[in-house]
Amino acid sequence: MTDLAGPEGAASAEQIGLSHREAAAPPPQATAPAGQAPRDASSWAAKVERLEVAQRDGVRGTNVAGRRLTGPVQGFGKMWQKTYRMEAGPGIEPAAAIALWRANFPDFWPRGNRFAGALTGINPGDVALLDLAVGGGVKLSTGVFVLYADTESFTLMTPQGHMFAGWITFSAERAGDGTVVQAQVLMRASDPLYEVGMMLGGHRKEDKFWVATLRALSQRLGVPEAPITAGTTCVDPKRQWRHAGSVWHNSMVRSVLQTIASPVTALVRAVRRGGNGAPAESAAPVQNEE
Amino acid sequence: MSAPGITMDVRRVGDGVAVVDIKGEVTAACEPVLMSAYEAAGASTSRLVLNFAGLEYMNSGGIGMLVTLLVRANRQRQELAAYGLSDHYREIFELTRLDEAITIYDSEESALDGATR
Repeated sequence: MTDLAGPEGAASAEQIGLSHREAAAPPPQATAPAGQAPRDASSWAAKVERLEVAQRDGVRGTNVAGRRLTGPVQGFGKMWQKTYRMEAGPGIEPAAAIALWRANFPDFWPRGNRFAGALTGINPGDVALLDLAVGGGVKLSTGVFVLYADTESFTLMTPQGHMFAGWITFSAERAGDGTVVQAQVLMRASDPLYEVGMMLGGHRKEDKFWVATLRALSQRLGVPEAPITAGTTCVDPKRQWRHAGSVWHNSMVRSVLQTIASPVTALVRAVRRGGNGAPAESAAPVQNEE
Repeated sequence: MSAPGITMDVRRVGDGVAVVDIKGEVTAACEPVLMSAYEAAGASTSRLVLNFAGLEYMNSGGIGMLVTLLVRANRQRQELAAYGLSDHYREIFELTRLDEAITIYDSEESALDGATR
């Protein structure tokens, strides 16, 4: 389903609301007294200017360190909201589903893709490194930042160079007698190259990715036959040409170049290792490649 | 305009300028209230100023809702501004980089001054 919503071509906030759980949520019972931290304080990540990451096993971890975060405001392409919903049934509590998802997030990714996050699961302020299979033996190396996390939802935000600029919110809610588990993406393609890529199959590939993720989660939850649906809404059909220069950070282009250059860089590392006896890799922060 | 946990009152403070006083919880649940306030401000409004001095709670759904409002305002060539944000919520605006599209001021006076620059 793809549509251009609203009389002015813009989707209503209800349509792009990050979860029905939030839309239906009762008002909180108490608010923070004056001078105290607000109730949401522990759910949000602390402010960062640029991402810092340490190397992690199994992923290349390039194209993340030193990058700024990007939301839908900073993207280039049309703004889309994509919603993937799994009807988990009455036996799954929303908080239990989110706790499982947060604690084992990488386990549910489709085969061939790597998510290297913190060992403790998904927590505000974490940076995870990604290697995404894009075909032709090339792995797109990028990352995500945990923007927000509470007991019934968590939100990831993308860095410069990622395929899209935006947020992905994972949530669970009671809907009628059952629980609905959802992944919702609010995004623009980061630059003109990605925008073309998204039009030439990227959107379809992403749909398959998140449906496969929800299917893997449904199996772990013990509801392998749970119905899964996908919906897409164009929130803003305009492209933001002032952000076309973001192509400089394009992680796809950089990942291809890094793959091509990998034999040379491996040789250089070996020579350096032989020269000073130091290990080629360490747990030191990944250096910014800007 | 109100709903459980949230009220949004609209004040016209000058030619083409309206202030929305937000009190309570900003989540996706208050989207109808915000959109009602936006419509009450009127299509003739060239600048909409959001007063967050009464903000008590905001989650990622609330941020998504503000992006929606921003898209609608941009479509009408209207400018969005904000003031009254605590340090915590100002940091969230900066973290999500919403502050690059919604200008943040320290006070209503400065926000209105900005409107007349």
